[in-house]
Parts: sequence; C-alpha cells; structure tokens
Amino acid sequence: MTLLLLGSVQLGLIYALMAMGNYVSFRILNIPDLTVDGSFALGMAVSVMTAASGHPYLALLFAVLAGACAGLCTGLLQTKAGINPILSGILTMTALYSVNLFVMGGKANQSLFGFDTVFTFYEKLGLSKAMARTIPPFIIVVLVAAVLSVFFKTRAGMAIRATGDNEEMVRSSSINANFAKCVGFALANSCIALAGGLVCQYNQSADTGYGSGMLVVGLASVIIGEAVLGHGGVTRGLISVAVGAVLYQIIIAIALKVNLLPAYGLKFVSALIVGIALAMPTVKAAIARQTKKKNAKGGK
Amino acid sequence: MENTPILQLKDVKKTFHPGTPDAKTALNGVTLDVSNGDFITIIGSNGAGKSTLFNAICGTFYPDEGSITLNGKDITDAPDYKRAYEIGRLFQDPMKGTAPHMTIEENMALAYCRKASKSFFAVNKKDSAYFRELLSQLGLGLEDRMKTKIGLLSGGQRQAVSLLMSTISDPKLLLLDEHTAALDPATAAKVLEITVNIVEKTKTATMMITHDIRAALALGNRTIMMDEGRIILDISGDQRKNMTVDDLLTLYSKESKKQLANDRMLFSLEK
Repeated sequence: MTLLLLGSVQLGLIYALMAMGNYVSFRILNIPDLTVDGSFALGMAVSVMTAASGHPYLALLFAVLAGACAGLCTGLLQTKAGINPILSGILTMTALYSVNLFVMGGKANQSLFGFDTVFTFYEKLGLSKAMARTIPPFIIVVLVAAVLSVFFKTRAGMAIRATGDNEEMVRSSSINANFAKCVGFALANSCIALAGGLVCQYNQSADTGYGSGMLVVGLASVIIGEAVLGHGGVTRGLISVAVGAVLYQIIIAIALKVNLLPAYGLKFVSALIVGIALAMPTVKAAIARQTKKKNAKGGK
Repeated sequence: MENTPILQLKDVKKTFHPGTPDAKTALNGVTLDVSNGDFITIIGSNGAGKSTLFNAICGTFYPDEGSITLNGKDITDAPDYKRAYEIGRLFQDPMKGTAPHMTIEENMALAYCRKASKSFFAVNKKDSAYFRELLSQLGLGLEDRMKTKIGLLSGGQRQAVSLLMSTISDPKLLLLDEHTAALDPATAAKVLEITVNIVEKTKTATMMITHDIRAALALGNRTIMMDEGRIILDISGDQRKNMTVDDLLTLYSKESKKQLANDRMLFSLEK
C-alpha cells in the first residue's frame, strides 16, 4: 500500500506540472485550451528522442520549448486568424498527432529501457529508487510553481491575468491583449509538455496516444485542488492545483487497487468528476430554489 | 500651441453590413477638430452615432473612408491598443472599465503601466503611494481598501476608480460614454463632480456623451449634436452661453428636418 501511495505521489507530482498548465489557460486566461492532449504527447515525443540520444536533461528543456511553440500556434490561430478558441486548440492538437509521429520517426511508441533518464541519474548518485523517483519531480514542481507565482506578479504576468479578467479594459490600457494571450498559451503548454517529457522518462517509454484525455485529467486536478484548498490568488491556486493532481492520482490508484473499476474505466471517471464539479453551481442553485418553494408551500 | 487640434477627424464614414438589407450607415462623413483644452459635450438620439464615433476614434473598427489624426499622428490604421496609449475611455457600464478579480491597486497599476517608470513587479511602493494619494482625492475612503478586489465595490465606486484609471497616465484625449447613466442620481452627481474636477485640473481634451441636455449645456465649453451619423450642430462661445434647453430642442428638430429635406433633394436629383 505504501508503495502504491508513493507511486501515486510521484506520478501526481509530475502531473501537477500539467495541471498548472491547465490552471494558467483555464483559470487565469479564462479560455479552455484543447491543445493539451497534443502538447503533452509532443513533450513525450521530444523528450524520449532526446533522452534516447543520451541527454535526459536537455530532453526536458526541448520538451518545454516544443510545448511553448504548440501553445503559440494555438494563440496565433485565435488572435491573428480569429478562429474560435476551442476550435483553434483542436486544430493544433490534431496537427500535433502527425508532428509527434514525425518526431518519433514514424513509430507510435519508443522505449527508453537501458537509457539514462533524470531518475537514473539520481539513482547513480546513491539515492534509493523510491527517492530518486520522488525528488526530481518534487524539485521541478516547486521550481515551476515559484517561477510562475513570481511571474504573475510582474507587469507582464499581471497583463495576462487582466486579459483573462477583462480583455476590453486591457486593450484600453494600451496593452496588447493578443500578445498576452499568446504568452499565456505558450507558458501553459510548456508546463504541459514538461509533464509529458517527465512522464516518458518515468515510465521509460513514450506513446503517441498517451496524451488523449489529458485535458480532463488536468481539469480534474484543478477542480479537486480548489475543492480542498479553495480559491485565492495565483500562488495559492498553483499550490492547490499541485495538491489536486497528487490527490487525483491517489484516488485513481486506490480505485484501481480495490477493483472498483477496470483500468479502461479511468477516463470515464475523470470525465465524470469534471462534469459533476462543473455542473455543481447550477445544481446547487436549482436545489436551493426547490427547497425554497417547498418551504413556502409548507408554510401555508 | 493652444489652437492646434489634438484630435482631427476628416470625413469619416462607416457602414456596417454593407451590401445587405441590414446595411446601416453609422457614420456619414464626420469632420471634427478637437482643440487642446476643449471639453465637448455630445448629444443626440439613440443610434445617432455618438458611441460609434468613439469606437472609430478608439479603433474598435476601421473607418471605410476618411482619416483620424491624434496629437499630430495619423492613427487611421493603428490597432486599438496602440491608440489607447494617448486615449482614456470610460463606458456606461461600470463593469467594463475594471478587472473584477484583481485588487484596486493592481487595476490602477495596470492602467498606469503605459506611462510608469520601468519596474519588475507590477505593484511597487512608489506607485502604490501615488495611487493612494489619487484615491484619497475621491473622498470615498477607497485609499484604505487598496487590496480589495474591485468586483466587491459598488457601481459608483468602480466608476470613480475607472475614471482615475483612464486619466492616470495623462492621456491627450478623454472619452466619456454616458459614464454616469447607470448610476443612481446621487452617485451620478458625485462621479460627475469628480469628472469635472479631474478635467479642470488636468486640462485634458474631453468628449462626453450625455442624454442630459441640461448637463450638456452646463458643462464644458462646446456642445455637439449628432443625428444619423452626422454632426448637425456644433456650438461654442456666446451662442452656447445664450442657449436654453428649449432652444436646443427646437434647434434639434429644425436641424434634423433640414437634413431630411437635403436627403430628399439628393434623391430627387438622382432621379
């Protein structure tokens, strides 16, 4: 059980990076970004190929850069070409299927067994396997959260936050809202691709189909985190999202352990969690109205 | 320098949905010079093109014909956010001018950053002290609530802060689009008073759309009346000083009728 929990925490920490990316587009920019599935797999593809050539750290950097490019594409489609936000995300994601296959040399999967990864690097330093697989993601999550939290307090970061809050006001303050959106998407997708890049080194394999459904997993983490730690500023938001990602992995692992659902039921459950959470405000309001009606009748 | 126009519109025309049954000529050849220090009130019925005129100046859309010059620069083809560098604008809806989930301080910092000195963080001590001083001049007690999210303020308070924000970076032109219309009478009066104080202090060229004809005559130094996308009346000086509300209304019906007659003449000539 401890091993199971530890594994969930490790994966949760990696997925926390993706959830932070989702948080940036979904909560800060206030635009649903459907690039996620594609950019996650892009991060994997880039990372696996670079790691296989012997550079596991460079692999992560390349994954980040590739993710930023993917996000920029979505941003440009939205702002320069004037395409609907949802559709521009779908377009980039679809195109990325081909790009990812191209990056992986036309193969749908690639193994990293026998190659150095950031995790084996720490094992060689003398850490236990459990530690070597926990510490790197933890350090990276803390670093990324710190960088993002500081960034969103700078002028540029504030412009991105304001763009998600009131775009018209940003424009009339002489700030290029389109640029702010593009930077936001690039930032979000570089976090997501970094998560993809770490997952493939963690699993020691990459699969072009691995990214499908990642958007929902990320959103579920965002929502669980907010349910536990509540809403607040960006720093609190990033922490709660990271906690949410870890909790999500623990919930899933336990559900699988007690045979609550078969492995292929995971995506259904993720979609269910997000669906219920997003419907909550409407349902609550409806229930409140009904009880009010009932009480009024009872009073007579 | 007093006489060089800060804003110049030359024969600006705009038709929405051209070539369809919905075609609407929103601006039909507007020519206007706004001098430095002008405080112009703009009146006209709904759909006369008052807000459309502001949208054309701010770059919400590009005009079909004509040119717009601001502060000596041709901005006809400039994107909206670039023009905003020298333009402050306030809308009727108090929600439009501020970002609700950000604090008063952050909102002001955002509006100020186009002219503020370089700084890594969005909010710094020096700017913050300046914002505090500006807020205290409103007399609404907001200077002690700078960390409050602006969405929690009342409409009047938000509009007052928006007013500060739109003038904080010394724009060359201030556009007020019925900015007190959505407020209760007492608050509207207070916001209008703050407006007049700021405009008098900064001497910013100001254009204010209003439906209150009395206020249109009482405030500022010049009054413009619009109808069907045209400026049909432009009065200032003694002519304006001697004008009463009734005179203005009579003039309005006369002028818009004259316009109508001109249209008929045009049509008959074409035949």
